[in-house]
Amino acid sequence: MPTANKEQIEERMTEALVSFGAEKEQIKRDATWESLDVDSLDLVELAQILEEEYGVKMKEEDMKDLKTVGDAVDFVADRAES
Amino acid sequence: MTQRVAITGVGAVTPLGVGVETLVERWSAGDSGIEDGLGCCTEFDPTEHLSIKEARRADRFTQLAIVASDQALAQAGWEDGPSVDPDRVGCIIGTGIGGMNTIEDQLDVLRGRGAEAVSPLAVPMMMSNAASGVLAMRHGLKGECYGTVSACAAGAHAIGVGLRMVQHGDVEACVVGGSEAGITSLAQAAFEGMGATSPSGFSRPFDARRDGFVMGEGAAVLVLESEEAAKERGAEVLGYVTGYGATADAHHLTAPEPSGEGASRAIAIALADAGIEPDGVDWVNAHGTSTPLNDASETEALKSALGERAREIPVSSLKSAIGHTLGAAGAVEAAATALCLQRGVAPPTVGWEERDEDCDLDYVPGDARTLESDGRPLRAISNSFGFGGHNAVLCLEAP
Repeated sequence: MPTANKEQIEERMTEALVSFGAEKEQIKRDATWESLDVDSLDLVELAQILEEEYGVKMKEEDMKDLKTVGDAVDFVADRAES
Repeated sequence: MTQRVAITGVGAVTPLGVGVETLVERWSAGDSGIEDGLGCCTEFDPTEHLSIKEARRADRFTQLAIVASDQALAQAGWEDGPSVDPDRVGCIIGTGIGGMNTIEDQLDVLRGRGAEAVSPLAVPMMMSNAASGVLAMRHGLKGECYGTVSACAAGAHAIGVGLRMVQHGDVEACVVGGSEAGITSLAQAAFEGMGATSPSGFSRPFDARRDGFVMGEGAAVLVLESEEAAKERGAEVLGYVTGYGATADAHHLTAPEPSGEGASRAIAIALADAGIEPDGVDWVNAHGTSTPLNDASETEALKSALGERAREIPVSSLKSAIGHTLGAAGAVEAAATALCLQRGVAPPTVGWEERDEDCDLDYVPGDARTLESDGRPLRAISNSFGFGGHNAVLCLEAP
């Protein structure tokens, strides 16, 4: 399993969200998906990217509990390091 | 009582540029948008018109439709959505194939990186009804909404269906049109494989040298509205859709019935629907694909449906200038027809030179022709025929 620190994960996630059309300045740890206009289709794509990058599988039920950018960063970091 | 149906907005993206005005001006001047045997919308840059999110969630065929619809709704005075009850505005957009680019891209992803890498956006982008759904969302159109799928007649069917919806009062207005972005490696190979496209790369409708169609892409959208509602809100009427006739050849999967019987019936039904006789038609905007079979059978159909009148009036093919935009063609041609009637001009069949014994009508070689009528509004028919034996004919009238 590849390891990564939270900064790297946040950077990769920011890059993905910007490519989805989100405003870069608004992407912060406490930003909610709603505030970034990120919907369920974007989240599936984000999960695909993170899985490919860090080998962390994010299932639909996992995504439900992840409300913000920070939630998702922590989720990936915890599992990528384990 | 059926409603008279006015056109209050038109928009298009074609190989001759962005906008129906540009299309008609350049076509009338004898310009061609075909380069290296393809009619691509080279002047269309989606990022000029759409946000990142909008662009990446829409296949090119939907992107083209979005831009055409923005123009059409702006012209109708509906930049911020319809001014009438949105529940009473429909949206019908035809396409031949739908999201062909997406299908091919995602097939590459599937084969290269596996099923789990296939995009969650694949389905909403490739589905043939994507354009109609996206336009409804974008402009807040909440009436009846779907796509028509009938190959190269899809755009004309969409307009015909929208016409009926407004005539019957099911809706007060309907946003109609067609869109296609099928210039992909698979589609090109497939059309070439069946011998439909031109090996020489020239679109020469009705010319003895014609050897197949040239693939084009594009979109056109029209706002149809009951004349009463349009006048009540003071909208400019650009023209009228007065008749619609649709039939099936029930003959062959791709070849038209040689006598043009199915097409001829569609023309006759459209004229009867408009309440006019053949001598009430001043111009034909033909399907004229540049395939040996279509142009001969369409000529037969015109002679059979219009009688002697077929020899007296000009017959032009827009495909001579932009190639065949497939499912968009019927809408692009109807939008162009409306503006041509408004201007009283029949643009040429660009590049027509050699008479074919099977194509013996006046195909407007050389320069655009001035259309004249004895005081009554100018009228034209716009023909569209599709693989599968689908025939759809529209009657249009100048304001």
